[in-house]
Amino acid sequence: MSVVVYTESDKGKFKKNAQEAASYAYKVAQELGESVTAIAINADDDASLGNYGVSKVLKVTNDQLDTFNAKAYANVLTQAAEAEGAKVLIVSSSADTKFLTPIVTAKLNAGYVPNVVAAPDSISPFVVKRTAFSNKGFAHTEITSEIKIIGVSNNAFGIHENNVTVAIENFDPTLGDSDFTTKSVEVDKVVGKATIADADVVVSGGRGLKGPENWSMIEELAEVLGAATACSKPVSDLGWRPHGEHVGQTGKPVASNLYIAIGISGAIQHLAGVSASKTKVVINNDPEAPFFKAADYGIVGDAFEVVPKLIEKLKEFKAQNT
Amino acid sequence: MKILVCISNVPDTTSKINFTEGDTKFDTNGVQFVINPNDEFGLTRAMWFKEKQGAAVHVVTVGGPQTEPTIRKALAIGADEAIRINAEPTDGSFVARQLAEVVKNGGYDLVIAGRESIDYNGGMVPGILATLLDMNFVNTCIGLEVDGNNATAMREIDGGKEKISTSLPLVIGGQKGLVEESDLRIPNMRGIMMARKKALNVVEPVDAPKPTQDQKFEKPAAKGPVKLVDAGNVEELVELLHNEAKVI
Repeated sequence: MSVVVYTESDKGKFKKNAQEAASYAYKVAQELGESVTAIAINADDDASLGNYGVSKVLKVTNDQLDTFNAKAYANVLTQAAEAEGAKVLIVSSSADTKFLTPIVTAKLNAGYVPNVVAAPDSISPFVVKRTAFSNKGFAHTEITSEIKIIGVSNNAFGIHENNVTVAIENFDPTLGDSDFTTKSVEVDKVVGKATIADADVVVSGGRGLKGPENWSMIEELAEVLGAATACSKPVSDLGWRPHGEHVGQTGKPVASNLYIAIGISGAIQHLAGVSASKTKVVINNDPEAPFFKAADYGIVGDAFEVVPKLIEKLKEFKAQNT
Repeated sequence: MKILVCISNVPDTTSKINFTEGDTKFDTNGVQFVINPNDEFGLTRAMWFKEKQGAAVHVVTVGGPQTEPTIRKALAIGADEAIRINAEPTDGSFVARQLAEVVKNGGYDLVIAGRESIDYNGGMVPGILATLLDMNFVNTCIGLEVDGNNATAMREIDGGKEKISTSLPLVIGGQKGLVEESDLRIPNMRGIMMARKKALNVVEPVDAPKPTQDQKFEKPAAKGPVKLVDAGNVEELVELLHNEAKVI
């Protein structure tokens, strides 16, 4: 028997979350005395998964799956899990994976726990630690169903190298018209820029920036750091920035290595949404801003003076260190 | 068109979260409960369909009697009828199976749920529900148009959005974008008075397994004090991020 992991790829290349999910699957497989089988759809570098503990890759090559389709992808995963007789399925926390996993959960009659942040507390009973209350707390949740699905949070368990010999097998799932009753018409996606979900660094602006016309310095700072740009809820509600950039309790969660908040006071909802970030920096002219209590580093000062200086110093740093 | 809006009764976003009974229960003491924000965007979009295209809008929640003020608020906003399934919503599969009964018996064309509740963040109810009933499903939905039997949905993806074409019957997991924050409605006195006369049907749950159980909760570890860097000495921040935090 094996632990099955869904390793997500984008244009043939495995995403970071695939490596993290595989690392997690290896940890669980070790505890269960099993091996890891990955299911990979239209990926190019299948053998690379051996670096993260995957012994077998079920390789799916299918033109119909070039564009993500939740129902069809869920059907592929379900068939792979059944073929492997898997009792544990590991998935990531991307938007696509959170779309398809509930479908798999229903098909396999499984118990699904998303947002898991650490290796299982125990295997018998099967208990995992996950975030709850939008990152204001954690729950230790027991899964009692025969088939268990664990959704691994971004950048929490981490990517761990475990080199194993990997076998690649072609896998040809049965798909029909009923799997394609929702159709992708158009995808509008930023190209060549980090996204909030995947970025190591996120640079975020708040109302303290006074207006959308002042975002060029946020974007320049993000560019220097290879970061994604984000914003607070009031900023997206005012229409200064698109909703897709809103991070916080009712927006997107952030789990980057570095989160830089500029002109954001730090409402409880915002702090909850970004709390999974490893290092938090705040730049704000109000020393009483709540964000200073949640941050690792802070500068009390005018963003319009501090940020350009920070950009300059980071450029100097990059020039010396590359 | 017959629309069912699924509503979770959740702590207000400003709530401080505490646990009780040896950290096994969420402490509801002093907590204000509201319509789950993701659901409220969906409810408001449902009202738009009702007013512009003609639709019956029903709301449903899975919860004990204490959730009734929240569902009455949905009636005051303009939903026509409400259903409360009398059970604690402790597991997503269980909740989806309860809702599936209501959808099946009610003959709904469109089910609008939130992408996730902001309390337990399971995010699985709409997808499981759609699969149980073999309905189409779009998650993280930020825009929805219905024309006859055809539906066009906008979905948020990592780093952008995707336009999806599908058909009814349809389940969506919605969020902000379905309507704007400024479109949300505060019930007026007339709405509140009318809501008192609207049906709130209580049904008992069907038998369904609960494959997950929360055993214990904890709060995030307390954070150390912030390290302040002088505004005139920005290079120190760069140095700390490189040598101490090791993030650049």
